[in-house]
Amino acid sequence: MVEDDGWPVRALRLWLPLGFFLIFALFPFYWMAITSLKPNQELYNPQLMPLIVRHPTLKHYVDLLGETDFLVWTWNTMLVATVSTAISLVFGTMLAYPLARMNFPGSALVSFAVAATYLVPQPLLFIPMAEIIERMGLGNTLTSVMLTYPTLLIPFCAWLLMGYFKSVPRELEDAARIDGASRLQTMFLVFLPLCKPGFISAGIFAFTLAQNEFLYALIFLTDTSVRTVPVGAIAELIRGDVFYWGQLMAAALLGSIPVAIIYSFFVEHYVAGLTAGAVK
Amino acid sequence: MSAHSEPIPLPATRRRMLPALREWTEREEVFSLLMILPPMAFLIALVGYPFAYGIWLSLENRPVAQPGTFIGLGNFMTDFRDPTFWQVVQNTFVYTGVATVLKMVGGLGLALVMNQAFRMKNLVRAVLLLPFIVPTVLSTIAWMWILDPSFSVINWLLVHGGIADRGPSWLGNGSWAMFSLIMVNTWRGLPFYAITLLAGLQTIPLELYEAATIDGAGALDRFRYVTLPLLKPVVFIVTMFSLIFTFSDFQLVYVLTRGGPANATHLFATYAFDIAMSGGQFGLGASVALAMLPPLALLIIALALYLRRA
Repeated sequence: MVEDDGWPVRALRLWLPLGFFLIFALFPFYWMAITSLKPNQELYNPQLMPLIVRHPTLKHYVDLLGETDFLVWTWNTMLVATVSTAISLVFGTMLAYPLARMNFPGSALVSFAVAATYLVPQPLLFIPMAEIIERMGLGNTLTSVMLTYPTLLIPFCAWLLMGYFKSVPRELEDAARIDGASRLQTMFLVFLPLCKPGFISAGIFAFTLAQNEFLYALIFLTDTSVRTVPVGAIAELIRGDVFYWGQLMAAALLGSIPVAIIYSFFVEHYVAGLTAGAVK
Repeated sequence: MSAHSEPIPLPATRRRMLPALREWTEREEVFSLLMILPPMAFLIALVGYPFAYGIWLSLENRPVAQPGTFIGLGNFMTDFRDPTFWQVVQNTFVYTGVATVLKMVGGLGLALVMNQAFRMKNLVRAVLLLPFIVPTVLSTIAWMWILDPSFSVINWLLVHGGIADRGPSWLGNGSWAMFSLIMVNTWRGLPFYAITLLAGLQTIPLELYEAATIDGAGALDRFRYVTLPLLKPVVFIVTMFSLIFTFSDFQLVYVLTRGGPANATHLFATYAFDIAMSGGQFGLGASVALAMLPPLALLIIALALYLRRA
């Protein structure tokens, strides 16, 4: 930790293990990219060395965008993720602010309920949820997932924001209260503008979770025009027992890129959100 | 943080009409409860109610689209007599246990490696998190192709590297399929462990290591007596999280094996899905899903209490 090591020690302690983890983490992405660029005769020739492309082609991408509803699924995914993230941030703030700042009867119970709800995994709820959505007549509508994703995201947002809110000093709010601002004014005009980093962390995290969701989308969305990318890829790019690997890899790559781009802009916020619960 | 220096807009007296109401809503507990009410109502309607309804469903014999009949614990009796159910219990515990240990050990290893000073550390950290942020279904499709029976790149390397005559049937053999699932789960979850543990490591004051070194502690002693004890709370939280979400995993199994071959990789979630969605038996499916509850509830309550305290 403190001592200075020569390069062999450093190679052994840093670069060797780091290289191993990097290859393990990144190889599937390399494989996606390279497969999506290979023409079929290269893809399905077991004699060829598979780690490189000999004759790169964009045919799989052209087919994916031209022959399937991939762009529709992408649009649906973005729309659903945006709406459910927005709902979750609003509701999450409404839970987090009183919990972080105020004393009220039952606050201990509410904060326990929020933490517990955050941890209730979807598979515990999907069967009754399927029936409820069906009964509400929301099957095959984007509304069904826009309503259900926030159930996964609100507790998470509330909890992350609560931690952030507690880290903001109270002085400004106290001053505003003394100057005669109402509680609502204090919250909206004084407090929330100070919490932008917290909102970005919670928002990014919620957005990636919403894009990642699969189980509810799989159950509620069976029509191609309302599908999201993960369900569309599984349900429609795999036709029977035939796998169009080139197209599938193109879809996996294209579907991952928006998340990766958004993430790359906000890595620090994302990491802050990721570790907020565990590290104080 | 830049503080506002301009004066806060003062409330006008336009609400004079209802001063009593205003005074009431300004009370701390009233304001809090009014604020909390809408999101709580939403969560009760879409989490609390489905949860309770799921319990009710599990007590009914309920073929799809037909009214159910109350059969008490009949579904659970059926589960307990079903050998596949017990296979699922075993699969889920093996999958959760092994994957969690691998993620823990690998994640701690990676965190310790990353805790050294080196160039482009932030870039490396960002890149290493990619498996965790990319939609699981999409990365799992890539793994499916990596593990393909005829064109697996791993097998190509094994065969052409002279290590094996032909590689294993990754997804076609029960044990190998479970191995594959655990590997992919570890691939996806390890960065979460590593990055969180790294954040934990960085909160440990350097002075402690220096003091330990002066007292004659070697690298191993410093790890054992400084790093581990101080990292314990983070390790606890990350492990509980991972246990809860690995135990109830669905996506990975659904995409990679659908529970096969011969139920060798079915977990509670995928088995419940098969019974309810494919088999149309909602009551029985709900009972399989609810069978997850006892172990999960212990974990959830323990972690929720712990988080609330922290």
